[in-house]
Amino acid sequence: MTRPTGRFPVTAVIGAAILALMLALALLAPVITTGKPLQTDLEGALRGPTAGHPFGQDRLGRDIFAQVAYGTRASLLIAISVVTLTVIAGVAAGAAAGYLGGAVDVVVMRVVDIFLAFPGILLAIALAGVLGPNLGNLVIALSMMGWVGYARLMRAQLLSLREREYVTAARAVGAGPWRIVGRHILPNALSPVIVQATFSAAGVIIAESSLSFLGLGPQNVPTWGGLLAQGAAYLLYAPHIAFFPGLFIMLTVLAFNLVGDALRDSLDPKSRQ
Amino acid sequence: MTGLGRRLLLLIPTVLGVLTLVFFLVHLIPGDPVELMLGETASRADLGQLRADLGLDRPLSEQYARFLGGLVRGDLGRSFYYRKPVLAVIGGALPATALLAAAAMAVAVLVALPLGILAAIRRDRLPDRLALFGSLVGVSMPNFWLGPMLIILFSFRLGWLPVSGREGAASLVLPALTLGTALSAILVRMTRASMLDVLGEDYLRTARAKGVRPVTVIARHALRNALLPVVTIIGLQFGALLSGAVITENVFAWPGVGTLLIQAITARDYPLVQGCVLVIALCYVVVNFLTDSLYALIDPRVRT
Repeated sequence: MTRPTGRFPVTAVIGAAILALMLALALLAPVITTGKPLQTDLEGALRGPTAGHPFGQDRLGRDIFAQVAYGTRASLLIAISVVTLTVIAGVAAGAAAGYLGGAVDVVVMRVVDIFLAFPGILLAIALAGVLGPNLGNLVIALSMMGWVGYARLMRAQLLSLREREYVTAARAVGAGPWRIVGRHILPNALSPVIVQATFSAAGVIIAESSLSFLGLGPQNVPTWGGLLAQGAAYLLYAPHIAFFPGLFIMLTVLAFNLVGDALRDSLDPKSRQ
Repeated sequence: MTGLGRRLLLLIPTVLGVLTLVFFLVHLIPGDPVELMLGETASRADLGQLRADLGLDRPLSEQYARFLGGLVRGDLGRSFYYRKPVLAVIGGALPATALLAAAAMAVAVLVALPLGILAAIRRDRLPDRLALFGSLVGVSMPNFWLGPMLIILFSFRLGWLPVSGREGAASLVLPALTLGTALSAILVRMTRASMLDVLGEDYLRTARAKGVRPVTVIARHALRNALLPVVTIIGLQFGALLSGAVITENVFAWPGVGTLLIQAITARDYPLVQGCVLVIALCYVVVNFLTDSLYALIDPRVRT
């Protein structure tokens, strides 16, 4: 892996701090809230922020802060699952295409082209809509659109790395293809994958909340997008319902983008402008 | 073979792939789609009738062939909900989506080009930093949040613009702003990067050295060359714009294909779902193709 150069800019530190806070919010949700985000309180329905409910209450009087905190769990869990799945699938496909070449390369890249010719979020909307709204289907739908980028990236990396002298040397001393790709090529090809993964975590959070907003996310679980959809119906009387979940989506996405920018600049000084 | 012909030829497997993907979408439905469509109370005879009507009792390969054959004749099946041909239903919604996309594109270009150029000229100074930060916030802001926030401000607090629907030009403003923001955020960065590349070129130094006024250097010499990659990005971002339109339309109840798609999903109107996805995906493929071709036309260096 390329050695990081230079110091981390302030923006990256801010991004990392926001992400740490979000992670803490997700992990501590049962402790810092009542632990019952879906508990109703009809007397407090649509009430704005108060001391007991810092973010206000929704149309059934449920605490919005608790729902936002539990929504952080859902969003981060989905983002981590989708990024992990797509990195594994994409890196494997791209590595196979790049190292084996020939027919494997042609087939993989044609499939990649087809997926690239398709607006990703549209595919996810249609898939989630057809499969039915739940957490597993959402992860499947979002993963279908994400792996392609890694496949392309990995293939390009492999094509350039496999011609390096140290790979030829490894081959000369009798290392098999698995060992060469796994031990000699992958570790050197991972920097851009890590950068890409950080940016796509941001993309997954937006896509996931879009789908939840459209009613295609997990049901009976608080999600940022689902809460925002409810809030969109009460913009006139209770604007706080839509405001807070959206703010958290934006902060999280911004944080991933800030960290991604810094990682890219530090791992690949050439791209700095 | 000319570049254009080769690209057209390469389009065939892509389009076929998109069609196949869309075909399998509807066949992925867990359980029996016919039962889902008619509900649990439907009689056995009704189920069998609909299954036969849809050709779902035939082997998959035959259904696939029939699907492709229908497409060639412009037949996308009938919408259950509207009881009309799918193509007619989508045709009614497409102009609204096209109008929204065009307006959003206009907003994005009008905001992004001046900002991007300013950022490049004032590199590393306040305008540059503000533009870059603004663009980062712009891409991080989900349009289904920006939309409602704009409604609160401009419709409820200020009372300037209508909340939703499509009545007159005023109703286009908020959806176009909402959809255009993310695109303009991307375009600002692209314009800036492209300008910075060009500003470092020798011919600009030559122009300055022979005494051309700074404004002319930027407007005549730099901008023309810097805009080329930006044009490509605008074209390639069209797909993102279409996908964003699906969500923005739903925020504002804008009567386009995106609103139609979500209605169709909710109503389990699968032929209509298939049709909407197909039309949006094909628009995307065609625009990408045109962008590629246009790029080759403008810049002889990429002609192969």
